[in-house]
Amino acid sequence: GCSRPAEWQRMMTEAPATETPTVCNICFWACAAKVHTRGERLWKITGNPEDAHCEGRLCTRGTGGVGAYYDPNRLVRPLVRMGKGADQRFEVASWDNALGLVAERMEKIAREHGPDRLAALVHGPGAAHFSHLVRAFGSDSIAEPAFAQCRGPRDTGFFLTFGQGFGSPEQTDMAKARCIVLIGTHIGENLHNSQVRTFTDGIRNDATIIVVDPRFSVAAGKANHWLPIRPGTDIALLLAWMNVILAERRYDAGYVARNTVGLEALCAHVAPFTPEWAYGETGIEPALIRETARLMAAAAPATVVHPGRHSTWWGDDTQRARAMAILAGLLGIWGREGGYYLPESVALPAYPVPAYPVPKTSWREIALPVFPLAGAPVTNVILDNAHGADAHYKGLIVYDTNLPMTMPGIRRTLEAAAQSLELIVAVDVQPAEVTGYADVVLPECSYLERHDPLRNSGERYPALALRAPALPPRGESKPGWWIAREIGTRLGLGRYFPWTDYTEVIDWQLRQVGSSLKELETTGIRAFPRRTPAYFAPGETPRFATPSGKIELFSATLQQAGFDPLPRYTRPEAPPADHFHLNYGRAPQHSFSRTQNNPVLYQLMPENLVWIHPTAARRFGIRNGTYVRLVNQDGVVSNKVRVRVTERTRPDSVWLVHGFGHTAPGLSLARGRGADDSALMTRVLYDPIMGGTGMRGNFVTFRKENA
Amino acid sequence: MPHFAMVIDTKTCIGCTDCVDACRMENNVPEGLCYDWVVEITEGRYPELKTEFRSERCNHCSNATCVDACPTGASQYWNGSNIVVVDATRCTGCKACIAACPYDSRLIMEPQGYIGKCTFCVHRVQYGEDPACVATCPAHAMHFGLLDDPGSAVSRLLATRAHYVLAPETGNQPNVFYLR
Repeated sequence: GCSRPAEWQRMMTEAPATETPTVCNICFWACAAKVHTRGERLWKITGNPEDAHCEGRLCTRGTGGVGAYYDPNRLVRPLVRMGKGADQRFEVASWDNALGLVAERMEKIAREHGPDRLAALVHGPGAAHFSHLVRAFGSDSIAEPAFAQCRGPRDTGFFLTFGQGFGSPEQTDMAKARCIVLIGTHIGENLHNSQVRTFTDGIRNDATIIVVDPRFSVAAGKANHWLPIRPGTDIALLLAWMNVILAERRYDAGYVARNTVGLEALCAHVAPFTPEWAYGETGIEPALIRETARLMAAAAPATVVHPGRHSTWWGDDTQRARAMAILAGLLGIWGREGGYYLPESVALPAYPVPAYPVPKTSWREIALPVFPLAGAPVTNVILDNAHGADAHYKGLIVYDTNLPMTMPGIRRTLEAAAQSLELIVAVDVQPAEVTGYADVVLPECSYLERHDPLRNSGERYPALALRAPALPPRGESKPGWWIAREIGTRLGLGRYFPWTDYTEVIDWQLRQVGSSLKELETTGIRAFPRRTPAYFAPGETPRFATPSGKIELFSATLQQAGFDPLPRYTRPEAPPADHFHLNYGRAPQHSFSRTQNNPVLYQLMPENLVWIHPTAARRFGIRNGTYVRLVNQDGVVSNKVRVRVTERTRPDSVWLVHGFGHTAPGLSLARGRGADDSALMTRVLYDPIMGGTGMRGNFVTFRKENA
Repeated sequence: MPHFAMVIDTKTCIGCTDCVDACRMENNVPEGLCYDWVVEITEGRYPELKTEFRSERCNHCSNATCVDACPTGASQYWNGSNIVVVDATRCTGCKACIAACPYDSRLIMEPQGYIGKCTFCVHRVQYGEDPACVATCPAHAMHFGLLDDPGSAVSRLLATRAHYVLAPETGNQPNVFYLR
């Protein structure tokens, strides 16, 4: 026998671990959690049972957050670039030298061009520290890929219709729904914690599940009705559903009469779009279109037309979101139990600082002439204006967002920007691809080692959650708040940072609402009572934040801006001969391109697989488990990627999980594993309304890989 | 004797492998090894398809062939229950239990050389807690409890839902149940 007992035998008598509250940062869902440590050893991370985002259960990625701390390649020292452009050689610098260089270049930009010529591309809760710095400096050009590469079209479409977009978490009342409609959103594979729980609640409650997806997704496997739609034809299906609901008078007549404008125009608009017409576009049988339309109408208002999340697909995405929003309006589900509840956050005062200076030019003056109804700054517009000698922007701060794998086909633009910009700063935890383009790389400690702004999301029940450090920062890495404050102080902006430690900000804010840092350090989360109802009262006529005060089935705003006031269907481009739609999505083990080097999650999924239908595999002589390279219609070749031959993908499409195929030399686990879909997206379909980068108009064929 | 069972609802399981992850973290499972795993079974032709996910592990059999096969008594039932554990101090690493297990749920722990496996998180169960995989399942598809108690969640689910076990023909009387 062994000289030592087994691990389980040792654990039988082990003393409890120390628990520190955190908010998970592996994805944007931001579940409140507890970090279990013994000394400086991190054991595990579990969900906070009091948190509605997770109900005490972290997802696969959140559970694997342990690996974010133990990642062998973490950035632990500041780096300064030795060359420009594509030259990615760096030398180690002291914090003082690195921060001094950043401040010096920022001052030079302000002096020679104006502070408004500095832009920031940011993501996540720590983004607040750098948005604050850049606003205090004198610029409002602060964009998140979350808009133009993800939620922007959805939120714009719903905003135009209801006067409000969706937050995070989405206000979908799936636990109480009688019918759930998913259009291209693959809940389960995108593991948004409480979305998964409420979706499975729907299944447990025998709600009717309708899933529209070209691929037999996990959610499709749970559906009563799966509609295996031809890629890019969703608007045709949505128009046909509305055609049925209007022609058969199955809409919520009272709700529509009280709360909407434009019904007549909508009726006339959708009249030609019968299920028989839609069959020709979507490949979905007319009888199935009719049946599903009737089912969602019969269950309404307890019907969730899920708005989805990543919505930048075909360039007409705001219009697709509009079609979904109009359908939701007809079914009367906004503000209704089992449909969309009304979220509420905590009225949390901001820590008092002086007013920001008014920027000489706003992001709006740069973006709106190109994309008139962009409701938020557009990453791609900023980068388009950030390269070349006469570029508007002269400097860039990138926080926690890996642009080369987040924005489609962007590497050349980034190289040009890296050549001509006077300053690129990347603040990151790991040596992600984007850090290779930076003049200065500032190492942030992981979320497990830092404080960040309180989580205050719109939810069914308002609550505040605390992220506190459970472990000391690795190496010389520092929290984002410290980095932003140090740069600000060096720029003479100390009045915007009138505190020495970020805990002072958190404690001050908590005291304004009757709590304290001390309380949250124990509980991790504090719930607050709702001030307003979660649903409209029966017969209520609420005022919507649209120009008309009503739900705008017909959008005068779109019409005035020169766009279709009612969604129009355009037939998408079909794949060229021997090419396949390049479809992509999520896996429950990874978030974006940020977790592939996490050693825990790496073990669960070290590389992505390209899903190929058996007919295509046979035709190209490709066997399951072998490697191929994907070649797009412009001749761009991917890294080698392993094939999964499966019936679960459409014969005209391939599918792979986004975020793999890393090229950064510093990512020892992730580098060279799997294929990067973003690099294959050379055809970007811009949404003319808000600037979203449609990523589904790319096609690939295969090149066999020897050995 | 306490009769523990795990009941997994394949209707709501999304195959996310969080159970695998949580087990590895909870039990300090070494790199490259796992005590549980997820199987995907897809049947049919596009678009007539059916997929089932199944989280699999040791079945903590009431009639465990691994316990019978162990020459040293290292493989044993914990505390008079059906939870099968391995006492590493008595395990010689002879692998007779690996050959005897119909579920391929045992593995060699490197570098120590003893045989490792799912313990139903007995270190948690002793305090009345669920195993880590059950406690973390974001789809709430996993359940754990006592079959001796007709009021327990597992007893009620098995009384009301169609279910199956893996390899029932072995006579091992497995205690991991799958709801259809």
